[in-house]
Formats: sequence, C-alpha cells, structure tokens
Amino acid sequence: MPTIDDFHAWPDEHGRFGNYGGSYVAETLMAPLAELTEAYLRLRKDPEFIAELDRDLKYYVGRPSPIYHAERLSQHVGGARILLKREDLNHTGAHKINNTVGQALVAKRMGKPRIIAETGAGQHGVASATVAARLGLKCVVYMGAVDIERQKMNVYRMKLLGAEVVPVTSGSKTLKDALNEAMRDWVTNVADTFYMIGTVAGPHPYPLMVRDFNAIVGREARAQMLQDYGRLPDALTACVGGGSNAIGLFHEFLNDRDVRIVGAEAAGDGIETGHHAASLAAGRPGVLHGNRTYVLCDDNGQITETHSVSAGLDYPGVGPEHSFLKDAGRAEYVGVTDDEALQAFHLLARTEGILAALESSHAVAQAIKLAREYPKDGLILCNLSGRGDKDVHTIAAREGVEV
Amino acid sequence: MPNPVSPIPNPGSRRIDRRFAALKAASRTGLIPFVTAGDPSPEHMVTLMHALVEGGADLIELGVPFSDPMADGLVIQHASERAIAKGVGIGEVLGWVAAFRQRDAQTPIVLMGYLNPVEIHGYARFAQEAVQAGVDGVLLVDCPLEEAAVLQPLRDAGLQQILLAAPTTAPQRMVRLCEAAEGFLYYVSFAGITGAGQLSTHDIAGRVADVRAQAKVPVAVGFGIRDAQSAKEIAAFADAVVIGSALVARLAEATGPDDIAGRAKDFLQPIRAALDAH
Repeated sequence: MPTIDDFHAWPDEHGRFGNYGGSYVAETLMAPLAELTEAYLRLRKDPEFIAELDRDLKYYVGRPSPIYHAERLSQHVGGARILLKREDLNHTGAHKINNTVGQALVAKRMGKPRIIAETGAGQHGVASATVAARLGLKCVVYMGAVDIERQKMNVYRMKLLGAEVVPVTSGSKTLKDALNEAMRDWVTNVADTFYMIGTVAGPHPYPLMVRDFNAIVGREARAQMLQDYGRLPDALTACVGGGSNAIGLFHEFLNDRDVRIVGAEAAGDGIETGHHAASLAAGRPGVLHGNRTYVLCDDNGQITETHSVSAGLDYPGVGPEHSFLKDAGRAEYVGVTDDEALQAFHLLARTEGILAALESSHAVAQAIKLAREYPKDGLILCNLSGRGDKDVHTIAAREGVEV
Repeated sequence: MPNPVSPIPNPGSRRIDRRFAALKAASRTGLIPFVTAGDPSPEHMVTLMHALVEGGADLIELGVPFSDPMADGLVIQHASERAIAKGVGIGEVLGWVAAFRQRDAQTPIVLMGYLNPVEIHGYARFAQEAVQAGVDGVLLVDCPLEEAAVLQPLRDAGLQQILLAAPTTAPQRMVRLCEAAEGFLYYVSFAGITGAGQLSTHDIAGRVADVRAQAKVPVAVGFGIRDAQSAKEIAAFADAVVIGSALVARLAEATGPDDIAGRAKDFLQPIRAALDAH
C-alpha cells in the first residue's frame, strides 16, 4: 500500500478508500445512489444546509458534548488520564442522532416522504424514528428478530415515536439481515423512499455521508483538547461495529500522526473461540452490503454469524474507511471480549456514576488498557458513544438478576 | 496445476452467442430457467439440469448460493439457505456443471449470484476452474459495470459477463450497458426483488423495445414471470424469458430424482409450448 499523504482526501470520486468501498449493488439501485450522491455532494457545500444542520445539532441534539475527565476511574486504573467524549449525553442517548439529523435534512431536500432504516441495538432505529417524527416523515425500521428480543425497550421507543418496526426472520436474524431487508425495501420503493443507513458501511455515498455527519465528534474533541489540555491526546479509542462513532472521533485526527488510534472490536467469547464480531482483527477482504471491506466469512464466501453481548457491534462487516486505515497502518484494531466490556461497564458505573452502553463499554475497556501503557500525565480520549439504559435488562439477565 | 487458459476463447465459450443465433434463425423465444444450485437436493443436481433441458430450456441459470442475497425474495433466500446448510459452495457447483457437460455440450450455462463467494474463491482461480467445468457466463448481481474491473480475469478466460438493466437505469447509462453487454442483456422487469408480483407487461413493452433497438446482444426479460401466460406476454417483445422463483418454489418440496425431474419438466413444458405457439 502506498504512503498516504492526506487521509482527509478519501474517498475518491468512485467512493473508494484505496481498495475498499465502492458501489457493489444491483443495477436497480445505481440510479437512486447516483441521485443521492449528486444531492449530497451539492448539499455538503451548501451554506444554508450547513447552517440548518448546525442549528439542529446545537438546539435539538444538544451539542457540543463535553469531554469529561474520568478522574476516579483514572486513579483506579493507575495510569494515564482517561477522558470521555460524552456522546451519551446527546438527545436519544447516543452518537447515532448526529447522522440521522443530517440524513433527515438530505431526505427533506430531496423530497422523499418515507424513511427506512435498519437497526441492531435499536439506537439507530430510535434516532431515525426521532428525526422522522420531527419532520413528519413515515418511518419503517427493519430489525432482526433476535435483536428485537434482546432490545425490547428500544423497540417500544420506536413505536412510541410513530415508527413501524418490521421483524426480520431470514439468515441470522440480526443486523446484517436487517440491512439486507432494508435494501430489498429500497429496491422496491426507490421513487419515494430514502434509505437512512446507520453506519459508515453500505455503497457510496453512505460511508462518506455518515462519516461526515459523525465527524462533528472529532472536530469538537480536537478543539476541546487544545482548549482544555493545551495539546492533543496521546491515543484515541472507540468501539467498532460498523464503525460510525469510531470514524466520527478518528477522522479529524487522521493527519495528526502522533496521535495513536485504536479501534475496539467485539471479541465476544474470545477471538480464538470463533464466537466474535471482530471483522478487522480476524476477517479478510470481501464484498458485503454494497462495499469491499473486511468481512467475516467462510471459505465458500458465506458470511458467518457473529457473536457479541452488544447488539450494536454484532456485525460481520465494517465500514470501508476502517479497512483502509488498518491496511495503511494508521489505526490499530483490537478485540475486547464480552467479559472485559462488562467489567468496564461496572467499573465506570461505580467510579464515575455513568452507565455506558455495552457497545461503548468495549471502548472503555480498551481505554483502561491504553491508560496502563502511558504515564500519569498521558491523555487517553475515549468515545463514550452511548448510554446504557437500554442494556440494563441484558446485563441483569446475564448476571442472573431478576429486574 | 492444470494447463493455463488459452488466450483465445475456448471452444465452448461462445455457446451463448450460438444458442441465441439459432433461436433467432428459428424465430423462437428463448426459455431460461433459474434454479438454485444444490436445491432441493445436491445429489440430484445434474439430473435436474438435464430435466430442465428436456423441459425446453435453451440456457440454464444456476444460482450460486450466498448467505446475504440482497436482491432476492423469500423463495430464493430460503433455497440459498437450504443449499448452504448442505455445504454447497462454488466447488460443488462447478462439479455439477462439469458432470452435466459429460452429456450436454450444447446448452449454455450462466452462473448467477453475488460477488463475495467469487472474490473469496479468487478471481483467477474461479475463471480457470469455471471455464474448465464448462461454464459460459456469469451474472453477478452486486457487481455493476462500474466495479467490473475485478472480473477481468473471468473475461480473459472467455467467460461472458451478463449485465443487468433495470427500469431505473438512466438513458445515458443504458447506452453504456448496451455497448458493454456480452452474451445477452438481462432486463429486470420491475424495480423490486425476485419473486415479487408486480409485473406489468404493458409498462415494460416499450422500454424493452428501446433496449433491443440499442443493444448489440439479445435481451432477456426476468423478474415476475411465473407461468405460460406471463411468459407468452413477455415473449411478444423479448428475445428470451427468465423464470426463477416460481420454478424454485415448485421444486422445493420435491423428493427423489424422479420427482425433481418430473416437476421441472411439468413446469417448463407448458411454458415452452406457449412460447413456441407465439
């Protein structure tokens, strides 16, 4: 792989990040993707669009989110200072709203009255239902039957917001199958439907567009670091399922070569057991859901079923920009097991009074590991991408507690 | 290693072109059945393929099962899941094609599926093995013209890339598709997934006529064709009709080689008759 001079110059005009990305979709979707690409490339430079998005992020989402120094957690770990970018404090409780607010404005300007979305943990589904309600758009959310069972509260939240939640019973009945089903809906209803993808995967322009809308996280964080700490952090970490919160934090720092970047993938029961969702750490390049990227599949090219305690990381692919960053050596991707994530969840709750989402708990676990590698004046910035209220039942059930 | 693939198209590789030329000379509409490889029974796949020809198939589309078939409806999704559960992969599919070729050197075979199994198998390796087995073309649903550079090893080996065109395809893009098309152009009759029910013959007649006027290759129409009546309507303006989900559904419950072959022939023969009466 050639040396990359400017990580902000990607993707190219075909939506490729080096060998990754692209538009691997059926012919019927080429026209709506071209229409969306044309609209989005125009809007991302449109001052009125940018101003409206900024207003929504400030007054509806509640941005900027603070960077919080987790002092007691840091003391407990005994290494570098752990800083948390508090995306859990956003409206709807996660970073996902950054993207849906943006895509909703695109949908509105394209005149599409109907929104469809896929969801795993339900956070993107809730964020989609939220913006659809606000703009008076019809919203249909596809969700794997397995995920519906383990995220009942988010299913009900979506219904309260007026969305229709469609259970997906094909394949492994999780996020990847929900994405397939949303694609099937879109190919059938291309004329009036806007497909709101929830992560930095899918065909071009989604990896670009979803990254742009989440990049507010890193832009704020970089400025906050310089203002509050007078320097950039030594290392960044975030959890990686599809990878939207991670790329949101990482992107602004990609050309700051001294800042180490570590993505935490779901190692489930441990990568060596085969029960995991660590596409970058344990997968290989392939083609899934419209883009070339690292995937988990067998030797016949069949996508394999994944496992993670967190539904939001339970995905056998990953956004193509992460694959690009891995091959370029700009970011490291490591596995965090279910048990490590749960330990981090409890430690953060008891030392800081913060219930993190199980997804984000993977990042916290990685931040703890990184903190141990650096001296006490080191700075580890961790994206706390969502709050854990939705996971209380899962944790209780896993620990044998009746709620 | 077997011999490297010859740079000139191998003797069988233009079977598709020859078959369409023969159909044209006879003023017949082509009949292209689609079946999912390995469904309903891996053991009797070759029997099924021969039965398709006996039932009147001019070309066989063999679906390579994939775990995430985004463009397919429930019937083909379930057929793929059954085949995958029985361990069917590219190696098995190519084995059946090679076995079929022992008795049938004439009927063209197109493998239809998604890119990931081919990518993981390796493009060059796939190209060589597919040509040796007797495959004539590939239709990879999620590999549009813009991404088709990865398929160069397949083209170099003599495999024809069958392209899709759709009702949503913009006019300028249609020009490019028509120029690039090899073998035949597969026109998707409606915006939707396989096996859906919204076929409107009236709407597509004009569009297919436009495509046929532009394309250098024959135009086959698929999606939504399920029986003799709908096939006959489409035959009024297409070079060939493709029938998939309705056939796959008919075969799904079959037990044993005689039942499989019988159902395939019983399904295709009335359609063949309707096309020939056209």
